[in-house]
Amino acid sequence: MPDWLIIRTFWDLTVTGLALGSIYALVALGYTLVYGVLRLINFAHSEIFMVGTFGSLLASSQFLNIPLLEDGNYPYRAGMTLIFFLVVILIIAMVFSGISAVLLERVAYRPLRGNGDSIGAVALAFLTAFIVSLIFIDDTQVNVIISLVLTAPIAYSYLRIFKRGRKAPRLAFLISAIGASTAIAEAVGVWGTHGRDQYQTARILEKKTVFNLFGTDVRIDYVIVIVGALLMMTALTLFVNKTRLGRGVRAVAQDAETSRILGVNVDMIIIVTFALGGVMAGGAAMLFTLVYDQTRFNIGFILGVKSFTAAVLGGIGNLKGALLGGLVLGLVENYGSAIFGGQWKDVIAFTVLLVVLMFRPTGLLGESLGKARV
Amino acid sequence: MLLEVTDLHVFYGRIEAIKGISFGVGEGEITTLIGANGAGKTTTMRTISGVRTVTQGSVIFDGQDITKMAPHDRVKLGICQAPEGRGIFPGMTVRENLDMGTYVRGGDSAQKAADLAHVFHLFPRLEERISQLGGTLSGGEQQMLAIGRALMSRPRLLLLDEPSMGLAPMLIAQIFEIIKQINSEGISVLLVEQNATQALRVAHRGYVLETGYVVKDGSGHDLLEDPAVRAAYLGG
Repeated sequence: MPDWLIIRTFWDLTVTGLALGSIYALVALGYTLVYGVLRLINFAHSEIFMVGTFGSLLASSQFLNIPLLEDGNYPYRAGMTLIFFLVVILIIAMVFSGISAVLLERVAYRPLRGNGDSIGAVALAFLTAFIVSLIFIDDTQVNVIISLVLTAPIAYSYLRIFKRGRKAPRLAFLISAIGASTAIAEAVGVWGTHGRDQYQTARILEKKTVFNLFGTDVRIDYVIVIVGALLMMTALTLFVNKTRLGRGVRAVAQDAETSRILGVNVDMIIIVTFALGGVMAGGAAMLFTLVYDQTRFNIGFILGVKSFTAAVLGGIGNLKGALLGGLVLGLVENYGSAIFGGQWKDVIAFTVLLVVLMFRPTGLLGESLGKARV
Repeated sequence: MLLEVTDLHVFYGRIEAIKGISFGVGEGEITTLIGANGAGKTTTMRTISGVRTVTQGSVIFDGQDITKMAPHDRVKLGICQAPEGRGIFPGMTVRENLDMGTYVRGGDSAQKAADLAHVFHLFPRLEERISQLGGTLSGGEQQMLAIGRALMSRPRLLLLDEPSMGLAPMLIAQIFEIIKQINSEGISVLLVEQNATQALRVAHRGYVLETGYVVKDGSGHDLLEDPAVRAAYLGG
């Protein structure tokens, strides 16, 4: 057998590839869910993931008060304390991402659907005033006051526009998505004096080897990521197939008009969809910080594009496809970088996407959220 | 009157599809709207279900003004529709499609089981196909499923939009039999049809729609005998 890098490290690459792929898959679910229900690519979903990583950062550093280093060592925890801390961090990350996903829908998308409500109009008016005042004045407090004053008249005019009940063209949703994405990332980037720096997250999990797979040591954090992602995906699948709201999500994805006729509150279902995608992204964010111990305001961008690739690869709108696409992408990236070198990683990922789409334009498993009966 | 529509105006995009129609559905009656393609029948039905916005006029259901009510609240009041083109969820099984009929009600599985048994009694075919995906059913079976699904919501007013569309004559006769049977159980029916002969035969009351206006109304029997209606809609 030739002594190639890929053969020597095959199992190692497989394990890390599956772990990375699981994170892609979790984020991909958010793209796929929203696409299934609204036929909209929510480009700001990458920033929902980013907010989740900051959620887990704040959870460990502020809420649980864990220092980065204790007497020069990592603040390792063990036993029930460890599990409790991990669960708390997970929940906080999910809450951060879930809430920001719902807010995103309300501010950036719902007004464009032609049924913007007064809360969305006020929020949007405040943001507009704030951004405009930033151009002229540098003092945050003054800006907030100015925007508060301007909110009422701007909100009134937004409401007048929304009330016409006209749906914006598809392109407007796309622009709104890209705008929201940049706005969220930059908002985190300007926060504090070191907003654009890399943040370290506390390393409470000692990354020990748990077992040996064909001569490769498998670390505990990779096991947690893969198992955790599978559990979350199973929970999502059960929710979508077995609960009333989940059935509503599938119904709206298959036929929104008939769903409304049968009494499904479509606005409600859209909120649920964004929340589900956000919670999955929050879980992905916590698992991400578990492995990499760091985050940054622009961390969502490349990971988001990759996850979107995973969703398209598996067949966007298809829950099983998101899982398959994520895992395939994680593995291909890892194997590819062993063959061609690490700097080719992204080239390989997107080449795979292009090739798959050439032969199977609907992705590996095809479209449709409703048909996804995992 | 269970449902009273007065001077209804509805736009479909920039076109005024409904230009001030008035009609009513009596409690326990079958009422039919007949008319050619583009007369505004489907728009009227969707407006009653609440998925089209009314620009002028009112819709009163059982004495309550529902002109601006959200669709899901109307289903709660007892208005449910088997829409044009059947609207079967293709990726859901027959069972899941029927469950969508009870979406607004939620809970109470005993009542659901009773409703399900009732629907299977009306449409034994659906029980045979219970775990089959909706998209794989034949046209007739899909129509049965659409009506069954609407019945699962325990409606007081059942809206049926072109139930005979694309079906073989044998099946059409069967569907109309079942409509009569549903009505005999006390459910009021508003029926939109291009198949005017059949519709007027079962209907207590009929309205003829032409390009957004009601041009004629009367009992089903009278309209069947009316020479102008015969010439225009019943093939002479």
